[in-house]
Amino acid sequence: MIRKLLKSVREYKKESILTPTFVAMEVVLECLLPLIMASLIDHMTGNDMGIIVRYGIVLVILAMMSLACGTISGRYAATASCGLAKNLRQDLFFKIQDYSFGDIDLFSSSSLVTRMTTDVTNVQNAYQMIIRGAVRTPLMMIFSVAMCMTIHVEMACIFLAMIPVLGIALFAIVATVYPIFRRIFKKYDALNNSVQENIAGIRVVKSFVREDYEMKKFDTAAEEVRRDFTYAEKILALNNPVMMLCINVAMVLVSYLGARMIISSGGSALSTGDLSALITYGIQILSSMMMLSFMFVLCSLAAESTNRIVEVLDHDSVLTSPEGGKTEVPDGSITFDHVTFRYSDKSRKNALTDINLKIEAGKTIGIIGGTGSSKSSLIQLISRLYDVTEGAVYVGGTDVRDYDLEALRDQVAVVLQKNVLFSGTIKENIRWGKKDATDEEIIHACQLAQADEFIRQFPDQYDTYIERGGTNVSGGQKQRLCIARALIKKPKILILDDSTSAVDTKTDALIRKAFREEIPNTTKIIIAQRVSSVEDADQILVMDEGHIVEQGTSEELLKLNGIYREVYDSQTKSKEVE
Amino acid sequence: MADKNKGPEMKKGTFSRLMKYIFAHYSWKIMIVLFCIVISAISTVVATVFLQRLIDEVITPGITSGFDAVRDQFMMIISLMILIHTAGVIGSFTYTRIMAGVTQGILKHFRTDMFNKMEMLPIKYFDTHAHGDIMSTYTNDTDAIRQLIGQSLPMMFQTILSVTSMVIMMLCYSIWLTIAVGVMSISIVYVTKKFAGASAKYMMVQQETLAEEEGFIEEMMNGQKVVKVFCHEEESKEEFKKINEKLFEAGRTANANGNVLMPILHNIGNIMYVLLALIGGLMVYFQAPNISLVENGVVTIGIIVSFLNMSRQLSQTIGQASMQVPMIAMGLAGATRVFDLLDQEPEFDEGYVTLVYARRNEKGELEEAPSRTGLWAWKHPHKADGTVTYVELKGRVELEHVDFGYVPEKMVLHDISLYAKPGQKIAFVGATGAGKTTITNLINRFYDIPDGKIRYDGININKIKKHDLRHSLGIVLQDVNLFTGTVMDNIRYGRLVATDEECIEAAKLANAHGFIERLPDGYQTMLTGNGASLSQGQRQLISIARAAVANHPVMILDEATSSIDTRTEALVSDGMDNLMKGRTVFVIAHRLSTVRNSNAIMVLDHGRIIERGDHDDLIDQKGVYYQLYTGAFELE
Repeated sequence: MIRKLLKSVREYKKESILTPTFVAMEVVLECLLPLIMASLIDHMTGNDMGIIVRYGIVLVILAMMSLACGTISGRYAATASCGLAKNLRQDLFFKIQDYSFGDIDLFSSSSLVTRMTTDVTNVQNAYQMIIRGAVRTPLMMIFSVAMCMTIHVEMACIFLAMIPVLGIALFAIVATVYPIFRRIFKKYDALNNSVQENIAGIRVVKSFVREDYEMKKFDTAAEEVRRDFTYAEKILALNNPVMMLCINVAMVLVSYLGARMIISSGGSALSTGDLSALITYGIQILSSMMMLSFMFVLCSLAAESTNRIVEVLDHDSVLTSPEGGKTEVPDGSITFDHVTFRYSDKSRKNALTDINLKIEAGKTIGIIGGTGSSKSSLIQLISRLYDVTEGAVYVGGTDVRDYDLEALRDQVAVVLQKNVLFSGTIKENIRWGKKDATDEEIIHACQLAQADEFIRQFPDQYDTYIERGGTNVSGGQKQRLCIARALIKKPKILILDDSTSAVDTKTDALIRKAFREEIPNTTKIIIAQRVSSVEDADQILVMDEGHIVEQGTSEELLKLNGIYREVYDSQTKSKEVE
Repeated sequence: MADKNKGPEMKKGTFSRLMKYIFAHYSWKIMIVLFCIVISAISTVVATVFLQRLIDEVITPGITSGFDAVRDQFMMIISLMILIHTAGVIGSFTYTRIMAGVTQGILKHFRTDMFNKMEMLPIKYFDTHAHGDIMSTYTNDTDAIRQLIGQSLPMMFQTILSVTSMVIMMLCYSIWLTIAVGVMSISIVYVTKKFAGASAKYMMVQQETLAEEEGFIEEMMNGQKVVKVFCHEEESKEEFKKINEKLFEAGRTANANGNVLMPILHNIGNIMYVLLALIGGLMVYFQAPNISLVENGVVTIGIIVSFLNMSRQLSQTIGQASMQVPMIAMGLAGATRVFDLLDQEPEFDEGYVTLVYARRNEKGELEEAPSRTGLWAWKHPHKADGTVTYVELKGRVELEHVDFGYVPEKMVLHDISLYAKPGQKIAFVGATGAGKTTITNLINRFYDIPDGKIRYDGININKIKKHDLRHSLGIVLQDVNLFTGTVMDNIRYGRLVATDEECIEAAKLANAHGFIERLPDGYQTMLTGNGASLSQGQRQLISIARAAVANHPVMILDEATSSIDTRTEALVSDGMDNLMKGRTVFVIAHRLSTVRNSNAIMVLDHGRIIERGDHDDLIDQKGVYYQLYTGAFELE
């Protein structure tokens, strides 16, 4: 797990290694300083200033060196830990970019965001602590133990005896707390999720006057997080007093035994100076232990965060581009061969059942069907946003799973039902479809999508800035911009998933007219609610509950007296009255 | 993020405000914590004194006179030591445990305060702030505060305590030398200020960038499908890299400034040590007189030796505490952002007219009823004469010369006047961007109008309390937001006290019953991620059911059926007709078939009503509506 994490250190290996190196040098200097200071005190007779000056100079030089080492290691530590965090966030983001929707649903998007922020920060802090402390603390400890040993072996053993006691206590604390942390993080995710929902759905909350209800709900969730966190942290808080207890027991023991020994031996086995030195070093040993335990706690928190990060990094997307997949899509023909599709293994109901379909290149296909009849599911299989559960989908005669994913999606342009524009200018948004599109190409695409006219009315025209989520353009304008964005790709297959619903019928017809005349070789699939949007298609599919129930031209379908006829009549009836 | 060019700034006074906040919630607990820290700090300081006493009073005389002579004294000192240490451990135990509770408690208070504030903010705030940016205050900033309160603050307090007691002890030895230490300390303060200040500044940048990054991640995750169908992964990765790099730079600078503080302070301490030794040596050399709090005399070597040891301890303590600087800086940066959110102006509500249950007394006059009667009234207190009048809630809505723009420079609506009688169906038709949705946003006061008047049952809506106003309005929006919970919970959102039967009834009305029944767990199916498992149309059906349960006298349907296929819509429409019966309804729709049977149809263009009348009138007028309508014909 940790090894996986460390892979992300990459270019900051140098800093990660240099930090402890300089820390080690700093520690050595830090240990030398008191020794020299001690001899300075020994030479402090009040008569000879020269010796003080000499010692002073040595001390200042050492202090400067220690300063240099400390500063350098501090800087390197900052670079290394922030660098690791940067790489981790990047790895996570890149990984998530490759996730399929099933994968994202599995984690939930708010959980993924928490993992990229809170968890990475936890790891960053722990990492910095470790590369700075992992050398310092044990070195200080070894040095102090060695010094104690040189003074008096038996006495030093009292301190050594405390180490395993502390170790066991610490281990017990962390072992208890760790599972609680695991649980807390889940609740924390849920809490953040509810914040996210409230931000997104604030209009609903406000129009139903549910502020108080939401506050109460949030309060309950926050209270749960508080309770669990408090419980865990209270156990963690035992760490400090346990540590102090150990230090104090050791102090009292050393004082007691040491004093007795000095008295009974008349100062020959141990001197008073030795005793105070022992105590000084003892404090140093145990405070190193304290530091160690602090690191331990931080690491236990970070361990769960690491887990959550590695979980994301390790999760292989179920939908990957095949090695050496085909990069050429010959034409826009589509075949569905006994396709059955379920959104997840858990769902009992098939979204699509045994679909068989042949679409020739360049044809226009209309799809209509009731709400939830899986029209969108059907077309999402073509650009391989999901993989089929059974059967196969062929584009240009090749199974979509055999194409290089990028090549496939480049040739299959989908205008989704839920349109999303990104913050940036109109031009930038359209260029999503084709990075190097010229201004002429952009304008041409917008003309085809009947968007040119309204864009020209904006003061900044094509440089108009689209706010996050496209809040400053209307639904119909958004849809037309999204169509333009798809058109500029010059795809072999163009799919409009109910993407003219907010566009008035006249404009809708103009858009289809442009399709017919300007891109005759592109296979066009149009999902619509309005019969008028699909009426002139070469073939119309009527879907119901995941099946294709009627298929044919408008005229043929009208003769069937089925669903199509019903829809047709319901939409045209009003006009016949006139 | 709102004002990028100004750059983030740590506000002055954040610290004291944070302290006040903590104190306001846990004053007595904090007192106990402070008391316990004092005990534990004292016990540590006193321990060193005890060693001195042990040597002076027991060991030295013991060596000459034997152990038995000093046994009692010895035992007393050891037991005192045990006693003080025990007190120290108990103190530390108590304060760490209480502090753990306080920290989490404060965080909870912050979270709920932020959330409560957020719920009160005007829609405009959400229009102008990225969602991830707001989210970040709950995640990153709150995390930063946890470190600050839980670890850094107690440690700082302990340090201040230790430093003070050490300075006092120093003063007991030599005022001259203490002054020398004091001069040194100024340089320590200066250095700390410089580096901690720089660290704090960049921490603020870090927190802001983190929020920006979170905003970006959120946007990309919401648009994941679009990113994928356009193979735009590479570009969004590039974009991400840029923000991430910025974050790295800020974090690195902030941490580096914080990290170097410890070695610098530490070594200033070392140099101070050397200087003290020199000064001390000179003083001894010249037999300089010593002044201290305890006694005056000549500077002796003993004094200097003890003094040197203390100064070393002092610089070590300060150095250790300085390790907390980055944490403190980050915590304060987080607190600044949290307080920023808490300081936002909430939705302004000067309304005083409230909605009450009503009944008619014998004389046929309206009066307030204690419980739900099915009859509602506006309770309208008149400030001038102190009387209260009751107006029955009927659902009459009038707009009078309303002008409005989201930003003052760009007006969206011009001189809109309309009159909806109770029970009438009013439709808005017009090109996208004509201002249809804006009108409905004004009726429920998501935005306030600068000019003109909107009256509800004859009362200016500015006088009606926003909550009560919105209680009387049902809205079904085009973009459906569902909440994590069961389908039943989501329908019940319209009226929390509705029974299961009422919810199912509403679902049937909205024609949602059929598909809900077919979901894996029926009405108890859990919805997550804004109902990601449902189709757009299914979500709209649930949203209609939600409004049906709420049972408001006035309804606004903003493209409520746009994603429902016409066949289902035809099925829903019977239910919708039932739903609309006896209610004032505002309908926005593209499909003219949806609006055809309205009492009045308003054709909007660029924020103006250009045509109005019922279907037949408008057809007769042969204006825009006629064109739209016949335009549809031509397409057949």
